[in-house]
Amino acid sequence: MTALPVPDTDPRRLALNALAAADANALTAAWSNWSDKPDFKPVRGPETGLVMVRGRAGGGGAPFNLGEASVSRATVRLESGEIGHGYCLGRDLDKARLIAVFDALFQRDPATVETWILAPLRAGATAADTKRKQETAATKVNFFTMVRGDN
Amino acid sequence: MYVAVKGGEAAIANAHALLADRRRGDRAVPALRTEQIIEQLGLAVDRCMAEGSLYDRELAALAILQSRGDLIEAIFLVRAYRTTLPRFGYSRPIDTADMLIERRVSATFKDLPGGQLLGPTFDYTHRLLDPAIAEGNDIAEPVTAEADPARAPRVTDMLGHQGLMEPDLGFDPVEQDEVGDLTREPLQYPLDRDLRLQALARGDEGFLLALGYSTQRGYARNHPLVGEIRIGEVEVELDIPELGFPVSLGRVRVTECQMVNQFKGSAKVPPQFTRGYGLVFGQSERKAMSMSLCDRALRAREFGEDISAPAQDEEFVISHLDNVQSTGFVEHLKLPHYVDFQAELDLIRTMRAKFEATQEAAE
Amino acid sequence: MDTNTLDGGFADPVMQSQTAFRAVMDGLANPGTVQDLALGLVPPSSLSPELAAIALTLCDHDTTLWLDRDLATDAVLGWLRFHTSAPITSERAQAQFALTRDPTMTLADFDQGTDLYPDRSTTVALAIQSVSGGQALSLTGPGIDGSITIAPHGLPADFLTQWAENGAQFPRGVDLLLVADGQLIGLPRTTRIKKA
Repeated sequence: MTALPVPDTDPRRLALNALAAADANALTAAWSNWSDKPDFKPVRGPETGLVMVRGRAGGGGAPFNLGEASVSRATVRLESGEIGHGYCLGRDLDKARLIAVFDALFQRDPATVETWILAPLRAGATAADTKRKQETAATKVNFFTMVRGDN
Repeated sequence: MYVAVKGGEAAIANAHALLADRRRGDRAVPALRTEQIIEQLGLAVDRCMAEGSLYDRELAALAILQSRGDLIEAIFLVRAYRTTLPRFGYSRPIDTADMLIERRVSATFKDLPGGQLLGPTFDYTHRLLDPAIAEGNDIAEPVTAEADPARAPRVTDMLGHQGLMEPDLGFDPVEQDEVGDLTREPLQYPLDRDLRLQALARGDEGFLLALGYSTQRGYARNHPLVGEIRIGEVEVELDIPELGFPVSLGRVRVTECQMVNQFKGSAKVPPQFTRGYGLVFGQSERKAMSMSLCDRALRAREFGEDISAPAQDEEFVISHLDNVQSTGFVEHLKLPHYVDFQAELDLIRTMRAKFEATQEAAE
Repeated sequence: MDTNTLDGGFADPVMQSQTAFRAVMDGLANPGTVQDLALGLVPPSSLSPELAAIALTLCDHDTTLWLDRDLATDAVLGWLRFHTSAPITSERAQAQFALTRDPTMTLADFDQGTDLYPDRSTTVALAIQSVSGGQALSLTGPGIDGSITIAPHGLPADFLTQWAENGAQFPRGVDLLLVADGQLIGLPRTTRIKKA
C-alpha cells in the first residue's frame, strides 16, 4: 500500500493527534463540561485491535516490524450529519468514541472545540513534557577535566 | 501413536482452585492491583510487553499478576491474548531521532549535542539492598533543571556524515517492497535483516544476553562499543484510509541501542565502523544492547565474515530465541507420554535380553 | 471521500458476523442446503447485502479481496475498505476472496491454490438471481447423504463444465458460495454436480 500524504498543518489532523495523546479522564471531563451535547450514533465500533509498530534498522534504514500495540477506534455520526473518527493506543473504547465525537464536532465548529477542548489539552501535554524534560536535564553529565600536573 | 485418555477433570479443577488460592496468598496481606504493578514494577511490565510483543501496560500487568510473577508465563498469556484481536494495520516507522528522551548515553563520544543524560538508571548505584524501600517511605520529587531545547541527533548520524560509519541502509541497499512479518508467514531461512530484527525484538532477554556475552568473549568477536543508547517516548503514526492522512495514536516508550563495531574492510568496502541495532518496547537497555550485539553477529554473511560461532548462526539463534516456543516444547515433556515410554521400555528389554544372551554365549 | 457512504454495516458486528460465519460454514459442510443469510446490511447500491455480509464476515486486513468491474465502484470500494480493511486487488489470481455477480465469470481465473497449500485458493462468492427456479442439478460428494437437488437461477451458462474442471484438479480448486435473496448455498470443490 502506498503511504498517504502527510498534511503537516492540517488542523483536523493536529486535533486528532492532540485528542489521542490526551488522558482519558481529561477527555471525559471535557465531554461532561460540553454544554450542548449532540446526539450521535455509531457507524463502526468502538472496537479494539492491533497495530504492528514498525521501526527502522539502524534508526533510519529499512523498516522492520517491532511488535504490536493495542489500539481502539470508533466512527460516529452526529445527528447533524458530520462523521468523526477516533483512534488511540490502548483498549479504552470510551476514549476512542469520545475522540470520534470531538472529531465530528471539530468539523462542525472548529473554533469552539479548539478553545474549549484542544487548547487546554495541548497546554497540559506541553507542561507534562516540559516537566519530564527538566527532570531528565537534571541528570545531564557535566564533564570537567581534572587539572593535570606538568611534570 | 496417540491413545485418547480421559479422566483427571476433578483433579484439574481442584488444582486450578488451589492455584488461585496460592496466587492470592495470605488474605491478611492486601491484594495487589494492576496499577501497583504498572507503577512500581514497571520494568517487569516492560519486559512482558517486549517479549509478549504487545504494547499494552494494563494487559502486561494483569498477565504478571495472573502468572504469580512468572514472566515467561505472563509473556505466554499476552501472546495468547493478542491472537484474539484483529489487525488494524502497520504503523509508519517510528522516528527515534524525534524522541522525548528520558535517558541517553554514548560510550564513544563524551561531548555530543544534547549531552549525556543519565535518566532513571541503576548505573552507579552501589547495589546495596536498601531496607528503607521496604518501609515505603516518602520519596522526594525529582530535581529539575533547564532543558536544552536543541534536538539530540543520533550519534550514528553524526559519524555517518564523515563516511566512517556504515550508512543506515547498509553497504548494498536492496529495494524492499514488503516488510517481512513472522506473525503472518512462517520463517524460511536464510532470513532478511527485517525478519531477524523482528524476531530479536521479541526474543528472550536471557538467551540474547548470553549470546551477546559470547560474542565479547571471543565467539564471533567484533569489537563493539555503544555508540548510543536512548530511552524515551516516540509517536506511533498510522495511515487512516478514511481520513486520507496519518494520525498519531499516542506515544510508546522504547529503548534503542546503536552498537558500533570495528570493521577492517573488504575488497569493495574501505575500513570503517559497522553497526548492530537494538530496539525494544519499554525501558530495557540490557535487552537492547544484547539485541544489537546479536544483530551485528548475525550480519556475518553480509560482511563476508567467517561463520564460526553460535551467535552468528542465524538458524540456531532465531529458532531458539523465542521463550514461548521454547517453553512449550520443553514443558510438553511432562505431559503424559505413557505409550511412548511403554514402547521404549519394550525396546530396552529386548536389547537387554539380546545383550545378556551374547554375554552368556561368550562365557 | 464521501463519508455518507459508510453507513449500513453490521449493527451488532460480533453476533451478526458469527451468524453469517455459521451460515457459510454450515453451507460448505452441507453442500446444497439453503442457509439463511438475511442480516439487514445496507451496502452501497451495486453490492448485494449477501455479498456484503460475506465480505464483512470473512475479510480483514490480512485477506485480499477482488470484485468484478461492475461491483467495484468507488462507493463500494470505500465502504468495503472502511468496514473490512481488506486490501483490494485487481488480479483474480491474487485474491483470497472474490465477490462477483458476473454470470460470465470463469472459475479457473482465480487462485487455484497449490498441491502443498490447497487452502490458499480463492473463495468465490457469486450473486445469482435466485437460489431456486433454475435448471435442476444433482449434487453428490462429502457432506451429502446420497444426493441432493438444487436449482439455482443465474449460473454461468457453462457452469457444469467449469465445475467439472474445478473438481478435476483436487486438492486444488476454488470453493463457491452462491447467494441471493438473503440465502446462501455452499459448493465446496469436493462436490460433484450433474444435471438432475
